[in-house]
Amino acid sequence: MIQKIATRDAYGQALVKLGRENPNVVVLDADLSKSTKTAGFAKEFPERFFQMGIAEADMTSTAAGLATCGKIPFISTFACFATGRNFDQLRVSIAYPHLNVKIAATHAGITVGEDGASHQSIEDVALMRVIPGMIVLSPADAADAEAAVFAAAAVEGPVYLRFGREPMPVIFPPERKLIIGKADRLKEGTEATIAATGVMTAVALEAAEILASRGRMVRVLNFSTIKPIDGEAIVAAARETGAIVTAEEHSIIGGLGSAVAEVVVKHYPVPMEFVGVQDRFGQSGKPAELMKEYGLTAEDIVAAVERAIARKR
Amino acid sequence: MTDQERAALTDRARRIRGHIIKMLAAAGSGHPGGSLSAVEILTFLYFRRMRYDPKNPQWPDRDRFVLSKGHAAPVLYATLAEAGFFPVETLTTLRRFGSILQGHPDMKKTPGVEMSTGSLGQGLSAANGMALAGKLDKKDYRVYVLLGDGEIEEGQIWEAAMTAVHYKLDNLTAFLDYNHLQIDGRIEEVKSNTDPVGRFRSFGWHVLEVDGHDFAALERAVDEAQATKGKPTMIVAHTVKGKGVSFMENQVGWHGTAPKPEEAQKALAELGLA
Repeated sequence: MIQKIATRDAYGQALVKLGRENPNVVVLDADLSKSTKTAGFAKEFPERFFQMGIAEADMTSTAAGLATCGKIPFISTFACFATGRNFDQLRVSIAYPHLNVKIAATHAGITVGEDGASHQSIEDVALMRVIPGMIVLSPADAADAEAAVFAAAAVEGPVYLRFGREPMPVIFPPERKLIIGKADRLKEGTEATIAATGVMTAVALEAAEILASRGRMVRVLNFSTIKPIDGEAIVAAARETGAIVTAEEHSIIGGLGSAVAEVVVKHYPVPMEFVGVQDRFGQSGKPAELMKEYGLTAEDIVAAVERAIARKR
Repeated sequence: MTDQERAALTDRARRIRGHIIKMLAAAGSGHPGGSLSAVEILTFLYFRRMRYDPKNPQWPDRDRFVLSKGHAAPVLYATLAEAGFFPVETLTTLRRFGSILQGHPDMKKTPGVEMSTGSLGQGLSAANGMALAGKLDKKDYRVYVLLGDGEIEEGQIWEAAMTAVHYKLDNLTAFLDYNHLQIDGRIEEVKSNTDPVGRFRSFGWHVLEVDGHDFAALERAVDEAQATKGKPTMIVAHTVKGKGVSFMENQVGWHGTAPKPEEAQKALAELGLA
């Protein structure tokens, strides 16, 4: 059994590495540094860490000011607060002037678990995707998370990074390089494509195994970048496999499913199914219980693939 | 400040008021009241105090000014034009399609604009960020920010007020344009928005009160702010909304209404610029 690591832990470790390489990196946190894992950076670089208290709006605009002076601020809190409490600040202070701020959100999705709906962000990708110029990254495992941190720092302008609370299976090798805007073809197949992101990439691979055992070979695409979306990979998947199922730990409205559908509808319409949270709020429970309740299991993906294939002409 | 220096600043302020009237009349929309109330504050900062190079707006060691009350863009644009950041003739393109002078400040379009603002309450936080960067980089530039009195109804201002104190941002000086009027009426009536002096003081700021139209008083206050160590300074500037144009003074209706051509002519005549 390979050791599972949460992407938030990988984020915290990557920040320290990045901080050693780049003296312009500064980190701001809103009283959650132990949970968001920015505490490691704070310990090693106390003068470059700014505790902002429970004040997400202020944290966001302060980061904008720091960025105008050449700093590369990473701001961290839970995904629901990192995109919801400060949406206007992200929009006007950061994205409108295209400032070099990275919004590193942890505890995304319903796998937050017991904290319940107030803390389960299923809207954050939709909110970030709609802001002009915002890059949206959603890594699938620890190596991908570290690669996302370095990729975000290497690009000028605002980047949203979505990390989870729960330990995740290993998908990528430790030397993983994330190329912004490129999807990864993790499994080859011709009957349908599963397009997945974040936590759901591992689940999609599991679903593909189940399907393979039944003689159905499906392609699995991982989208570590949700915006800009890899249109070429999507069109190729539509053309070559004829059906697409998206899988995300997010509302089916406005997230990866919408991004993929926008490409498919315009360039190569094929049947699509959407695995994700169906316009509902979350609730308290164990992550596995919630994944089942909200239709985010491998079996749910398998069923969606069968529906999509059945709709092919 | 000598009489001669004060007279030069007064004349500069008069020209800036003229630009504000002309550019708003040309645009046909915009915010005269809160632009005119802040003319002396910006004139003092840009022509008596701040260190900057209009030929090199991104000079890292420059002092910074953030217009948190972004709707007063006309006073900032008129001041920046007078300071040489762009030609005065550009001012009458205000709010037009393709202009570098957007309805609210856009730091990517206008040389000299330090922060994009317009959604109220965000500028103090941004100014804090610039001040924090200055401390981190051991630079001696100073950061100035202008807040509206209605604007401090935004909660983020008080988050930022705590931040500035927590990080001992003595390289930051804020001004409150205390003209007592906001769009829907007197600020005290709109939201029990009273005693900013006591409130900022209780948050731990060094707070001063001045006549916001008196250059000598502004200079004394900014000198004191600069000499105050270990905490940020808030200069509560008592001002008159619409200052300098008799029919606009203290009239809530002139918050966001541009003068018609004949009104602009009357205003310019009052300013001795017709």
